[in-house]
Amino acid sequence: MDVISLRNISISFDGEPVLKSISLNIRDKEFITLLGPSGCGKTTTLRIIGGFTKPDRGDVFFDGQRINGLPPYKRHVNTVFQRYALFPHLNVFENIAFGLRITKTPEKVVRQKVGEMLSLVNLSGFEKRQSGALSGGQQQRVAIARALINKPRVLLLDEPLGALDLKLRKEMQGELKNIQKRSGITFIYVTHDQEEALTMSDTVVVMNAGEILQVGTPEDIYNEPRNAFVADFIGESNIIPGVMPADFAVDFCGGRFECVDKGFEKDEPVDIVLRPEDLTLIEAGNARIHGVVRSVTFKGVHYEIIIEGMGCMWTVHSTDYAAVGTEAGLEFEPFDIHIMHKS
Amino acid sequence: MNKARSAAFPYILWSVLFTVLPLLLVAYFAFTNGSGTFTLDNFANLGEYTAVFVRSLLLALISTLLCFMIGYPLAYILSRESARRQQIMIMLVMLPMWMNFLLRTYAWLTILENNGLINRLLEFLGFAPLHMINTQGAVVLGMVYNYLPYMILPIYTVLIKLDYRLIEAAHDLGANPAKTFFRVVVPLSMPGVSSGITMVFMPAVSTFIISKMLGGGSSLMVGDLIEMQFLGNAYDPNLGAAISLVMMVIILISMLLMGFFDSEDKAVIM
Repeated sequence: MDVISLRNISISFDGEPVLKSISLNIRDKEFITLLGPSGCGKTTTLRIIGGFTKPDRGDVFFDGQRINGLPPYKRHVNTVFQRYALFPHLNVFENIAFGLRITKTPEKVVRQKVGEMLSLVNLSGFEKRQSGALSGGQQQRVAIARALINKPRVLLLDEPLGALDLKLRKEMQGELKNIQKRSGITFIYVTHDQEEALTMSDTVVVMNAGEILQVGTPEDIYNEPRNAFVADFIGESNIIPGVMPADFAVDFCGGRFECVDKGFEKDEPVDIVLRPEDLTLIEAGNARIHGVVRSVTFKGVHYEIIIEGMGCMWTVHSTDYAAVGTEAGLEFEPFDIHIMHKS
Repeated sequence: MNKARSAAFPYILWSVLFTVLPLLLVAYFAFTNGSGTFTLDNFANLGEYTAVFVRSLLLALISTLLCFMIGYPLAYILSRESARRQQIMIMLVMLPMWMNFLLRTYAWLTILENNGLINRLLEFLGFAPLHMINTQGAVVLGMVYNYLPYMILPIYTVLIKLDYRLIEAAHDLGANPAKTFFRVVVPLSMPGVSSGITMVFMPAVSTFIISKMLGGGSSLMVGDLIEMQFLGNAYDPNLGAAISLVMMVIILISMLLMGFFDSEDKAVIM
């Protein structure tokens, strides 16, 4: 069941195309993330769903009904804004109660519901605080509570954790995911942080330059990136040009390798993705891919080793150490090779 | 820090010479008689001018209210326009201020007079002439006309700085444009409103030239009364100083009341 459908949405700002005929279906109760670099159109997509921006062309459907002209205050959608946009003249309690005050909810119900929201976001006891006297993380949680109290069908989140430090961000990621599961509300989440997208989402939508490049589960997106941009944007990867001479075989770096991909045209030029963690360091002597170690960086769990050889720079994540300047070889399994159409 | 403090010296000198000293002189005159001995007679005699004080406050309040009722919507509409149109419209608001105050008020005299522009037009169209000049209505009109920009500008300044995302947030939470206006825009523009009210009410309550030119003798205001004691035929600087002092206290109380209502307002919204 799709709660929101976008059909051929296009929009330009000052003649500059921002969205180029995108279509997207969003299922009820899922956590979907729009992921892409800044300027890719993900925030614009969110604003079109929220009703703040009108598309030049295309339709927005909510529960199968076209809602193109519906103003934001009539949509069953609420937003957690980038940098929160809390009302500075209201305290925490009244910020959260805002949606209920609009519908003239009885005071008793307001108290009860705001109380529930405050405990949901772990801010009980902060009722009387002014929004300016809160830390970034606390403001964030007020913004979430304020958006959730109207019990929207869909919650839009525009880079909500962008202004928080790393530790708090990790904490809030977990909390958001929990809130989403418990409330059963569809979350549409915008971020440029691929790790955030992968850890929290049921579905990831990778966008670039006003287009949707790939839609899939985090595993799909990571393991089967559709093109070099997705592969590069989602995690680190070695992207090597090659050719598919036949099913289950690919030529690159002057050799033919066995792989698990099929269905490409004969001798179709392709991009090959090899994830740094899938590469194993071996002796240079009997390796098909080998080169000279150019740099070694300690990353905590592993070393990041850059090896130059066979006309490429290879990034390897390995718990083994290799000294700079030494010869090293690389090994990988057929299923580590991901083949993508040239984009 | 010390350098910054010494930079304030010219201002301190200025304010001692031209604000503190004159104030002390006003107080001295108010509490003495013509021969320089201490007396409270000046204040005891003020009772007979109660009507003037009441009229001044009333006309100033009405003018301030009208300025607010005209100025707020105008400032709001202005703040929603494109940057270019805002520039032009702000120019139009300020334009009359470039003209001499006396000249502007004098222009109204020729418009409102018994055989002035309006009445001649009415006559031409076959209507009975209206008596407009030398009424309290004319005084209010003159004050609203002259002080309106002082209401519009501070409100406009606050409104253009209003974070548009807050308005979007209100829409997002279900508030239609009217509810957004009263629950978000108005409370957040209160600082502009209170400085607008201050900047209109203070000159309005102590004005003398507008009431003299447009109100004739019928609408004597405190400002006129004070002027008469110093420059007029009723020459009595001691009484004039006493009236000034009382006027200052009245303005002070009004401002305190305003501040009180202002914070009261916020408390209600909170």
